[in-house]
Amino acid sequence: MSGPLTATDHPGPTDSLIHARGLTKRFGSFTAVDAIDFDVAPGEAFGFLGPNGAGKTTAMRMIACVSPVTAGTLTVLGLDPALDGPRIRARLGVVPQEDTLDMELTVAENLSIYGRYFDLPRALIRQRTRELLEFVQLTERANHQVEPLSGGMKRRLTIARSLVNEPDLLLLDEPTTGLDPQARHLLWDRLYRLKLKGVTLVLTTHYMDEAEQLCDRLVVMDKARIVAEGSPRELIARYSTREVLEMRFQPGLQETLDGQLHGLGERVERLPDRVLVYVDDGEAAAVAAHERGLRPESVLVRRSSLEDVFLRLTGRSLVD
Amino acid sequence: MTTPTALRVYEHQALVYRRTWRGSIFSSFLNPVLYLAAMGLGLGAYVDRAGGASPALGGATYLVFLAPGLLAATAMQTAAGESTWAVMGAIKWDRTYHAMLATPIAIRDLVVGHLSWVATRLLIVATVFLGVMALFGATRSPAAVLAIPAAVLTGLAFAAPISAFAATQDNDSGFNAVFRFGVVPLFLFSGTFFPVSQLPAFVQPVAWATPLWHGVELCRGLALGTGEPALLVLHAAYLVALAGIGVALALLAYNRRLGR
Repeated sequence: MSGPLTATDHPGPTDSLIHARGLTKRFGSFTAVDAIDFDVAPGEAFGFLGPNGAGKTTAMRMIACVSPVTAGTLTVLGLDPALDGPRIRARLGVVPQEDTLDMELTVAENLSIYGRYFDLPRALIRQRTRELLEFVQLTERANHQVEPLSGGMKRRLTIARSLVNEPDLLLLDEPTTGLDPQARHLLWDRLYRLKLKGVTLVLTTHYMDEAEQLCDRLVVMDKARIVAEGSPRELIARYSTREVLEMRFQPGLQETLDGQLHGLGERVERLPDRVLVYVDDGEAAAVAAHERGLRPESVLVRRSSLEDVFLRLTGRSLVD
Repeated sequence: MTTPTALRVYEHQALVYRRTWRGSIFSSFLNPVLYLAAMGLGLGAYVDRAGGASPALGGATYLVFLAPGLLAATAMQTAAGESTWAVMGAIKWDRTYHAMLATPIAIRDLVVGHLSWVATRLLIVATVFLGVMALFGATRSPAAVLAIPAAVLTGLAFAAPISAFAATQDNDSGFNAVFRFGVVPLFLFSGTFFPVSQLPAFVQPVAWATPLWHGVELCRGLALGTGEPALLVLHAAYLVALAGIGVALALLAYNRRLGR
């Protein structure tokens, strides 16, 4: 198993699609991204995980060559965004956090005008429009207005649009935020298919399950910095235990507990609404808690997730 | 052969316009019909009876005097209308500028593409307007077609700086001020309806400084064939300079807003 990439054994700027060293973005006196290092290899699905305001979107905007780099090195597709922005963007697909669909045009027109921005020939655009609408299951809506489409459909159209130039690198900023579970799963399935086809994905998310589903490798960002890097499984192994025991108590009771929790597991985390016990055998810890006279209202034993990694690294839960 | 990037922005505007062009052309036609009928014919009958092709109007009937002035004022209004909410919408509401900037299109292409599109709209509006003038008998010679490019230039002298202003705004409340304190007073006092020589002497220099007055004088001078060539060049130079400054300001404002 390969360890996390470090500055010494990274694939090198020529092999990686994105190469960043000391990448920094400041707005006046505010530092949005603070000297981060990372590489993204071809064919990889790479994630930026972190709470809102951690600097994920700003990092993405620099990669997308729309926001100038304040300091540090960044190459995208082997080129410098400051010098070759248009050339890089010609080979990128971008799914922004907020939809930027054209409400005055139809579904198909949204795709075709976007193809024109890349100066693709009209015949090719017609063919790709057909294929992409099929791919995101919007063929029946081709001649409908965009406005009345559901959130999930708009997201799918945005993804189809980002693929019109057959990008080498697809950037997705919180691709499923605000979607219902069914719409999210459909979207994940489409992204997974793209990954199988060899498209390199870079995404930001504050959803643990999304990162676990889609990312081969990810960095956890907090307060403009990268605080951890690795595959979801590596991060869990490094920063958490195999299982977690979750106990909910009657309101007011949790605050009176202290000694009874001590030593139940490797680590005990007290959230406002529940107590988390980090331990390799959750069932055994639940029995031990009962023997100590603890009577929670509900008990749940689950596997560790990236949420626990984040909690461990930052002392905060992700979706506040 | 590659399509220039600014032209792709223009192509987007043209595609959107395809949806609304019928209504848009109809109002470009109706607007001068109503104004020329009410002011040119209705009011003009009184003015001409009192003054009879007065020297203040350059020896023209009121209708003939009024029409090119209205053409310039219409160009101003069209330009302002196309460069306020449309620019804000592309930045904030529909966010079409953000969609374009994720492609090889660059920020300067947005400015150039937008203003090229406004120039096309101005060309359409001015051409229809001149057609209506001809129907009303408000043109004196075929040379009146020269008022069309003059009107386009007048419009661009407004569109460029107003686009720059729009790109600095966080919401659309400032646009009402543009119309209330800019477009409407200019419309009324820049020589559109009466020669600025009718204004009190101390406000006349203010009128001479306003861009619409130069647009009105240029359109009228060319349409009526009464303009001093040197003055026409001066009016055109003023408008070109204003448009140029406006483009520079728009590039600055767009970069600040979209390229952070």
